[in-house]
Amino acid sequence: MTNPIGDIEKAEVILVTGSNTTENHPVLSSYVKRAVTQKGAKLIVADPRRIPLVDFAHIWLRQNLGTDVAWINGMMHIIIKEGLYDEAYVDSRTVGLDDVKKVVEKYTPDYVERITGIPAQDLAAAARMYAKAGAGSLLYCMGITQHICGTDNVKSLANLAMLCGNVGIEGGGVNPLRGQNNVQGACDMGGLPNVYTGYQKTSDSAVRKRMAEAWGVSSLPDSNGLTVMEMMDAAHAGKLKGLYIIGENPLISDPDLKHVRSSIQHLDFLVVQDIFLTETAEMAHVVLPSASFAEKDGTFTNTERKVQRVRKALEPPGQARDDWKIIADLSGRLGYQMKYQNAQEIMNEIARVTPSYCGINYKRLEHEGIFWPCTGTDHPGTPCLHMDKFTCGLGVFHGIEWVPPAELPDENFPLYMTTGRVLYQYHTGTMTMKSEGLNRMAPESFVELSPGDAGKYGLSDGEIVKVTSRRGTIRARAKISRKASDGTVFIPFHYAEGAANELTNTAVDPVSKIPEYKVCAVRLEKLQGGI
Amino acid sequence: MESQNSIVIDGGKYSFNAGETVLQVAQRNGIDIPTLCYMKNASPTGACRMCVVEVEGARTLLASCVTPATPGMIVRTDTPQVMKSRRLNLELLLSSGHHNCLVQDLDMDTWTDFQLRSMSADGHKDLCPVYGDCRLQELAIKYQIRGIRFEPAEPGHKIENVNPFIVRDLSRCILCGRCVQACNEVQVNNAISYGYRGARSKIVARGDRPLKESDCVFCGECVQACPVGALVPVRDIEENDPSKGETRLIRTTCSYCGVGCQMYLHVRKGKIVKVTGVEEVGPNYGSLCVKGRFGYNFVNSPKRLTAPLIKEKGNFREASWDEALDLIAQNLNKIKKESGPDSLGFLLSARITNEENYLAQKFARAVIGTNNVDHCARL
Ligand code: SF4
Ligand code: SF4
Ligand code: SF4
Repeated sequence: MTNPIGDIEKAEVILVTGSNTTENHPVLSSYVKRAVTQKGAKLIVADPRRIPLVDFAHIWLRQNLGTDVAWINGMMHIIIKEGLYDEAYVDSRTVGLDDVKKVVEKYTPDYVERITGIPAQDLAAAARMYAKAGAGSLLYCMGITQHICGTDNVKSLANLAMLCGNVGIEGGGVNPLRGQNNVQGACDMGGLPNVYTGYQKTSDSAVRKRMAEAWGVSSLPDSNGLTVMEMMDAAHAGKLKGLYIIGENPLISDPDLKHVRSSIQHLDFLVVQDIFLTETAEMAHVVLPSASFAEKDGTFTNTERKVQRVRKALEPPGQARDDWKIIADLSGRLGYQMKYQNAQEIMNEIARVTPSYCGINYKRLEHEGIFWPCTGTDHPGTPCLHMDKFTCGLGVFHGIEWVPPAELPDENFPLYMTTGRVLYQYHTGTMTMKSEGLNRMAPESFVELSPGDAGKYGLSDGEIVKVTSRRGTIRARAKISRKASDGTVFIPFHYAEGAANELTNTAVDPVSKIPEYKVCAVRLEKLQGGI
Repeated sequence: MESQNSIVIDGGKYSFNAGETVLQVAQRNGIDIPTLCYMKNASPTGACRMCVVEVEGARTLLASCVTPATPGMIVRTDTPQVMKSRRLNLELLLSSGHHNCLVQDLDMDTWTDFQLRSMSADGHKDLCPVYGDCRLQELAIKYQIRGIRFEPAEPGHKIENVNPFIVRDLSRCILCGRCVQACNEVQVNNAISYGYRGARSKIVARGDRPLKESDCVFCGECVQACPVGALVPVRDIEENDPSKGETRLIRTTCSYCGVGCQMYLHVRKGKIVKVTGVEEVGPNYGSLCVKGRFGYNFVNSPKRLTAPLIKEKGNFREASWDEALDLIAQNLNKIKKESGPDSLGFLLSARITNEENYLAQKFARAVIGTNNVDHCARL
């Protein structure tokens, strides 16, 4: 997030899109609901499903799946045409608006309505509401990123926010909500193929040299690393022979599970380090037991870039160990000694090699976390990014054309399908399904569909249906709900039985390599005579 | 003038900011005024009247939580009249509900009768589950409420325990309204409100149905807000056995979503028995959601991995750390030698700590020599 969570209550208008906030980020959603009910903020929700937050919204835009660039361009079309944008801001802090002007010219409300299904007058009302307000906060999540055009979607939102002068101000910002507790930290720590900690590029020879020195090795690899999806493909092709997985369960979370399963089967050697014997761990050659969050010291970095302490409350069960101790021990066996007494010493090393974490240490985190960038031990941290200018100078607009999703409904697969989470479960369920109460509230997969579609297929609530895409088939219970719109079904991805990702499409965004989980085409069949 | 924005409390002079209440000024200066219904993050209601003070010139005692500080105001927090009012108030509250703890300083016979009677009521056979952790009990002890003048009430409501998270025993409810504020003003879930009127007054979910059939999303904000034993986590009731030893509180960060709520793990005899939100700091200021507050049982799950496993002929067998790690080192070395470092890949995790992610990518890059490092977060 460019802005801290607390800023949401300072916004005059909040635009939430592609985020079912009340179920996925419940405590953050309270900030949105309080802003609306107690602080007089306006709320615009753009979501294909009638998510609970819609009840609080002043305007709800229900776009067709995969048409985000179109409605965002449409809003900008109206804002530019009516002269509602922040000219002073655009002039002094950005470049490239002409590029956007050229592209959005043709995104008239009528044209956008044909693509997105959003009534022209609703779009205009939303555009005016967002542009005319003071600080505008923009919140988004996987509903924006998990598309083949995910990067374009994010850039479009940035265009919109910059156009109205909403980046680098209190109460504003472009704010991605991170799904898992430490996604932000995993990225910050260099858990990506092309960067070391703090997004220092592996392709930069000066950086490589500095890191090699810090780590006491003669050189570091300069080749481009592979992403998860590319690793799966390489494994399938026999090029990747060994895989070491820590705390992840790609056998439920990856798109097109059939492909993942056979890729993993091709590996010569698989190590999985986890707290449970997950579906992925079952396939490993060696499984190592690790400690849960309650059994170790360390830090997580939350969605607002705040580095916060994790503290040991319990001893791990049996012989389970901290993940860092396992890595350090293994490293020693490969001839490279990692000598740390505790997690704190590792953080001190992170601070030494990472400019944006440089002022962070456990002592300072004792009472409350610190927002990075924190560039020195006397630096207070940075709750708001881009305050006086963009970190990289001027903000750049990008004119972006809408492209349809990779897979559209057709005769054989006439329905759109999208995926997501439910309140009582989390990710692949590794933890929630072992927490009694949560599991009782949401024990199994389901297919959420509109009353209209239920009528069309002659389905009743709770009935088992067969859902088929080009990649696979699952069975799950029908859940008739007003959350769904006609022609689009929703399936949560937590479950191994009735797994949504047996169906999803592996088409990826060319830049972010994120798969298009949010759109694919399926068909529904009523089962004759039960399962 | 000097008194322009200051007030006098118990003889001391304190400045105040526009809009501050007497209670806020007192709390800021470490002057103790007892409260039951007051909640920092919600609008004050003045419902419980525990925070009454004497204000010079006022005809009655005033609830300090709803009395704005005005220039030159002279306040006394501990006059005999204030004490008397608070005592009477506590006695009434204690007798209004089913408060079957020892604080009901009854004589022996009456006490036994009372206990026997209350235990025979359906589901009420145990001592109050928040015994020792109850604001009402704490105040009753502090104000030395004894020789109660009012007969304690019998359980007036059935216990509601049909959901897996929260036990509602409204027979102990003192109608302070904190849960309603927590639900509607803090979390804005709008699941509960005051129902009925007068003596039948009661906190209800829509249509006076059980929480499970209401809009409740089991965030547990109301449980954390309840000053008595009317709203209690299910686990607490199962685990509430003082003989199980002392409870330690460890502050940490939630391990579910990216909001990163700050929480206390309540640990007793090597087990987490409860989770509460940390009220002083962001991002959550005490709030949690159902996963953070109630989704901790996985930590103690019998299905946890407890030893390294090596697969042999399709089946896992337990192994020692030395054996498992040697086997991994051997295989990584072999693959690296035969097919190059880029034939190995490492998937890190959004679930593990920064320190662990850092070491894992350092291992991949510096020790193995590959940039094949990623995690599943984009998924
Ligand atoms: S658990 Fe949360 S939603 Fe349910 S009544 Fe309590 S505060 Fe409201
Ligand atoms: S249930 Fe608890 S918090 Fe709610 S009104 Fe009763 S005593 Fe107060
Ligand atoms: S308590 Fe809920 S909202 Fe807070 S971090 Fe945990 S999962 Fe997220």
